[in-house]
Amino acid sequence: MKSRTIKVDYLARVEGEGALLVKIKGDQVTDVKLKIFEPPRFFEAFLRGRKFHEAPDITARICGICPIAYQMSACHALEDACGIKITGPIRDLRRLIYCGEWIESHALHVYLLHAPDFLGYEDAIRMAKDHPDEVKRGLRLKKAGNEIVRLLGGREIHPINVRVGGFYKAPVKRDFSALAEDLKWARDAALATVRWVATFAFPDFDRDYEFVALRHPDEYPFNEGRLVSNKGLDIAVREYDQYFVEDHVAHSNALQSRLTERNSYFVGPLARYNLNFDKLSPMAQEAARSAGLGPVCRNPFQSIIVRSVEMVYACDEALRIIEHYEMPDPPAVNVEPRVSTGYGCTEAPRGICYHRYRIDDRGIIVDCKIVPPTSQNQKTIESDLRQFVQTRLALPKDKLQWQCEQAVRNYDPCISCATHFLKLHIESQ
Amino acid sequence: MTAAQPGIVVIGVGNEYRSDDGAGIAVARRLRALFPTGVTILEESGEGTGLMQAWQGAAWVMLVDAVRSGASPGTIHRLDARAAPLPMGFFHYSTHAFSVAEAVELARSLDELPAHLVVYGIEGANFAAGIDLSPAVEQAVEAVVERLAEEVRLRDLQPPTKQV
Repeated sequence: MKSRTIKVDYLARVEGEGALLVKIKGDQVTDVKLKIFEPPRFFEAFLRGRKFHEAPDITARICGICPIAYQMSACHALEDACGIKITGPIRDLRRLIYCGEWIESHALHVYLLHAPDFLGYEDAIRMAKDHPDEVKRGLRLKKAGNEIVRLLGGREIHPINVRVGGFYKAPVKRDFSALAEDLKWARDAALATVRWVATFAFPDFDRDYEFVALRHPDEYPFNEGRLVSNKGLDIAVREYDQYFVEDHVAHSNALQSRLTERNSYFVGPLARYNLNFDKLSPMAQEAARSAGLGPVCRNPFQSIIVRSVEMVYACDEALRIIEHYEMPDPPAVNVEPRVSTGYGCTEAPRGICYHRYRIDDRGIIVDCKIVPPTSQNQKTIESDLRQFVQTRLALPKDKLQWQCEQAVRNYDPCISCATHFLKLHIESQ
Repeated sequence: MTAAQPGIVVIGVGNEYRSDDGAGIAVARRLRALFPTGVTILEESGEGTGLMQAWQGAAWVMLVDAVRSGASPGTIHRLDARAAPLPMGFFHYSTHAFSVAEAVELARSLDELPAHLVVYGIEGANFAAGIDLSPAVEQAVEAVVERLAEEVRLRDLQPPTKQV
């Protein structure tokens, strides 16, 4: 019987090092493996014995693209351990810095990593020759996001101004005036992005996913909420470990997460959108509708539209926060350690990022657990590919490989975070 | 900082906690000690869009990064990015999806390359976690600092008003 293998030894346009292997025997897909061979990084181990207030800065180092997610989840978990809840302007500043991270991360992915797949270019460099204005718009959008992170975080990469309890230094209102002008441009650019990506051709594909995201009664989720799904999950963040488990599989240095009762699940922009459409700002909802999306979208290829809608929302929300901003004084609340375990989960650009810390009476971290979004999507990516390839076996190998890579990029995998890098093998023996 | 930069911008690229990957950062820091003023010296992680921002508006840019091309450790490559495309894969130990070579080539596609862009690549040996440079890379760092200092001095002798 004829067998084939699709092998991508080094997946391009994803953050980190990984590979993909698809084995086909006759007319059956027999194996799909998303291989992550970036070495494990042992953050959970070397956090043990460190002071609790060091966790936001240490965990920020897990990722150069989404350090805010790690800082925010660490802060919330440690504040939870110490019995502190942050409200008012400090809370608003946290949402604002998260808006910055979503804008920069989504702009990078939409324009430079994912759009070339839809327009038939090998990479953004070749795409830029034919679509220079779009690429310039994407770069400027990303810069607008960077500016938020720089202003609140002290610098763009691995920001240093976030602390347990708040910020080391808070900006004064006039610091935002130039940024607000940038963001008004960015919001229009994000709307133009939605219109642009809505014209792309999308493969007809969907599955009966379980989407998991935070949900908050009053707002589109960044920092807080309950963990909910479209299949009945509705739990407090502190119950996470009772419902989700991580498995080590031989082919990957990233642990794979699953729901104990129902197996694989889907986190990230599509999950947030499907579970929180009603909480998007009217402008973001309108942008989604005009792009042809309803309140639920199950085609992961259309995640590029949803990411663009989230950019509209993040610009809109950032402008709202800036308009109502009053400087918090002091910029942080005092947090005293106590013997306790704390739980935090926030919405990284790629989906939920869960942290759990146990600390002693001196605030020393005794034990911790960190679950990044990409490790939660690994099983779903493999399942997508299994179904996707099965219905496209007649495609020529190079085209099939192209589409497989595109399908992986639907999830904007950040493999550096999950190791825990990507290469693609489609094998037919 | 990025707008109207008539002088020279030197960008050291790398991760100082990844042994020889810190070569570009080491060059930037040593050069700063030689030229406390007059030269803009930046340190960058290698994330491509950040690099494009760093050289925006600058006419004369020199970028230093560790490379892995298969040459012997400490080999110094001097590439004129205006003259020819950078070899892709050269800088590919980076885990960034969009890195030095991509940034240069994207800028070329968009006609946004600085008028002068020289890339120094220092061949690394060890990219594992750590803060020490390999002996051969350490020597190369010193040599690149001297060559950059010479390029800066030569540049300063030229009339400053000309935007080539």
